[in-house]
Amino acid sequence: MLVWRDITVRYKQTVMGAVWAVVQPVATMLIFTLVFGRLARLPSDGVPYPVFVYAGLLPWLLFSSAVTHASLSLINQAHLLTKVYFPRLFLPAAGVGVSLVDFTLSFGVYCGLLAWYDRLPGAGVLALPPLVALTAATALGVGLLLASLTVQYRDVKHVVPFLMQIWLFLSPVVYPVTLVPEHWRWLLNLNPLTGLIGAHRSALLGLPLDAGALTAAAAVAPAVLALGVWNFRRMERRFADVV
Amino acid sequence: MTAPAIHVQQLGKQYRLGTAAPLTRTLGEAAHALLRRWVHAAPSRHAPAAREPFWALRDLDLSIAPGEVVGLIGRNGAGKSTLLKILARVVYPTTGRALIRGRVGSLLEVGTGFHPELTGRENIFLNGALLGLRRAEIRARFDEIVAFAELERFLDTPVKRYSSGMYVRLAFAVAAHLEPEILIVDEVLAVGDAAFQRKCLGRMGEVAGHGRTVLFVSHNMTAVRNLCARAVWLDAGRLVRDGEPAAVIQAYLGRHADADARPEMDLRDWPIRRGTGEARLLRARLLDAGGRVCGRFTRLGPLTLELEFESRTRDELNLSAAITTTDDGLKVLQLAHQDSPGFVPGVVFGRRKVRVEVDRLPLQCGTYHWNLCLHTAALDPLDVVQDVLRFTVEDDLARSPRPFRSTREHGLCSLPAVWRYVHAEEPAYAVQ
Repeated sequence: MLVWRDITVRYKQTVMGAVWAVVQPVATMLIFTLVFGRLARLPSDGVPYPVFVYAGLLPWLLFSSAVTHASLSLINQAHLLTKVYFPRLFLPAAGVGVSLVDFTLSFGVYCGLLAWYDRLPGAGVLALPPLVALTAATALGVGLLLASLTVQYRDVKHVVPFLMQIWLFLSPVVYPVTLVPEHWRWLLNLNPLTGLIGAHRSALLGLPLDAGALTAAAAVAPAVLALGVWNFRRMERRFADVV
Repeated sequence: MTAPAIHVQQLGKQYRLGTAAPLTRTLGEAAHALLRRWVHAAPSRHAPAAREPFWALRDLDLSIAPGEVVGLIGRNGAGKSTLLKILARVVYPTTGRALIRGRVGSLLEVGTGFHPELTGRENIFLNGALLGLRRAEIRARFDEIVAFAELERFLDTPVKRYSSGMYVRLAFAVAAHLEPEILIVDEVLAVGDAAFQRKCLGRMGEVAGHGRTVLFVSHNMTAVRNLCARAVWLDAGRLVRDGEPAAVIQAYLGRHADADARPEMDLRDWPIRRGTGEARLLRARLLDAGGRVCGRFTRLGPLTLELEFESRTRDELNLSAAITTTDDGLKVLQLAHQDSPGFVPGVVFGRRKVRVEVDRLPLQCGTYHWNLCLHTAALDPLDVVQDVLRFTVEDDLARSPRPFRSTREHGLCSLPAVWRYVHAEEPAYAVQ
C-alpha cells in the first residue's frame, strides 16, 4: 500500500508520469557511454559499451535508490511515525519496493536495448529474480541501518548521497572487474555489489561468472539484512520520541 | 470479571527538556561523548544542565473495562495526549506497562496518514491500510465512510485542495468506521461545524453502544458529560480524580478556575484596550462582602467591583462595565452608572476610586471576564479595557439547594423571584 502510494504520488502533477522512471537510467547510461566508453575508452569485456554499462546500472540503481529511499523514509514521514501505529519496518521496506518497481520499468527498456544490439539474453535471465532479491535484501539491510541512524543523527542524511557516489565507483559499474589487477581483486570482492553486478552481467550478457564474488555477495546479503533488522528493532521504540 | 480492555500500571513517560528534539544529537557530539567515556571512564560532570528530565506521565494506574466510554480531561500539558499516544503504541513508556486488548483505532491528529497529493478515495484506502485493514474490508465500508463524511462530490479531488473541515470529516469517518475494539480520539472535533461534531459524538456513542471501548480527550465538558460513563482528570502527568463525569468535571472546573482567577489587576499596561486615553483605568479588583480581594463568587450572592482611574478630560464621564463569558465572549450583562440614580460621575480631574456593589449576582455557574469602560457623556470612548478580572461563579448549595449545577445550559442568568401558590378564593385573573 505504501509502495503504491509513493509511486502514485511521485508522478502526480507531472505530464510525463512514469516515463521519468525510465529517463534516469537511460540518461545515466548515455552519459556514462559518452564519458567512460567514448572518451576514456574503458574496456567492456567485448560487449558494446552501452549494453555493458546498462547491465551494471540496473542493479546499481536498484541498490542506490533503494538505500536512499529507505534511509530517508523515516524522517520524511515523521508525521506518520508520531501519530499512527503500524509496523515501522514498512516504511523503509516501501522505499525498497518503489525502487523495485523502477527496476522493472528500466529492465523493460533494457530488453529493448538488447534487442537493438541483437543480444537477446538466453536462459541466464532465469537467474535474474534471485539476483534481484539478493540486491534488494542487501539494499534493505544497508537502508535500515542508515534509516535508524538518520532518525537520531541528521548528519547521515547528508552523508548518504556522497556515500552512494563513492560506492558507485568502488563497484564495477562503469568498468569491468578485469580492469583491476588480479591481486587487488579480493578487495573489490569485499563489496557485495561487485559480485551482484558481475552476476547480473553474466546472466544478461552471457559473460563468464565469477562464482567466488557471487558467493561472497550471497553471504553478505543476509548478514547485512539481519544486522539492519536487528538494529532497527532495537532503535524502533525511540523513533517517535526522537524523530 | 472480564479482563480489562486497557490496563495501565505505574506508567511513566519521560522527556528531556532543553533541546527541542531530546535525543537528536549530531554525530560529533556523540563521538565526543564516547571519547570522553573512554578517556575518563566516568560520566562527565558538566553534563548540560538544560537536559533536565521532564515527566509527561508519572506513576499512572488505570484500568478500563471493555465497553466503557471514558473521557480524559485536564489542562494543556497534563499528559492526556501522551497517554493516548502510548495506548496507540506510537510511543513507548519509559516506565511501567500498558496492556491493550483488541484492535486500536486511533485518531490522534486530524488527517495524519493522509497524503496531500492523493485523492479522497485513494486516501481512504491508504489510511485504512495504515490502520491495519485489508482492501476488501475497506471496500465493504467505503460507501458508509463516504456518506458519513458527506464528501461524495470531492472523492476524486486531491485532499490538498480540501478545506480543513473536509479533511477532518474524512479522517474521522475513516477512523470511526474501522470498527476497532478500542477507539482512541484526541481533541480533533474542535474543527468541523456543530452539526458534524454532533454527528461524530453520535457515532462515538454508537461505537460504544456496540460494546467497544472509547477513550477520548476533550475540552468540551458537555460532550464528556453526555457521552461518558466515566471521566478521568489528569494533571501534571498524574491522575487527580477518576469517577462519575459530573463530579469529576465539577471538581476540575472548580480547581481550574481558581488557578486562573485574576481578581486584582494592574491595568496600566493592559494591551487590549481602545479609546483616546484622556482618561485611563489604572487598577481594578473584585471584592467579597467583607471587602477582601476574591476571585470566586456564589450565584445570587454579593460582589463588589472596585475601579481606580485617572482623568484629564473636561467632558463629563460615563462609567460602565460589562460581564462577558470567558469561552465565547458573550456579553451577559451590563452595569451602567445611570442605573444607580444617586451616583453622578461628573467631570473628574485627577485620580478617583469607584466601588460598584452588586447585591445578588444573577450569573449562572461558570467563568467570566469584565469589560471596563470609560466614555464621555457623548459616548466617545476614553478607555475601554476588555477581558480582565477573570472570576468564577459557583452554586451556593446552602442558600439554594438545587439537584443540579446551574450552568449556562439553563439560561444565561438566574433571577430570584417571589414564588407562591395562588389560593383558590383569590382569582388568578379576573374573569369578566
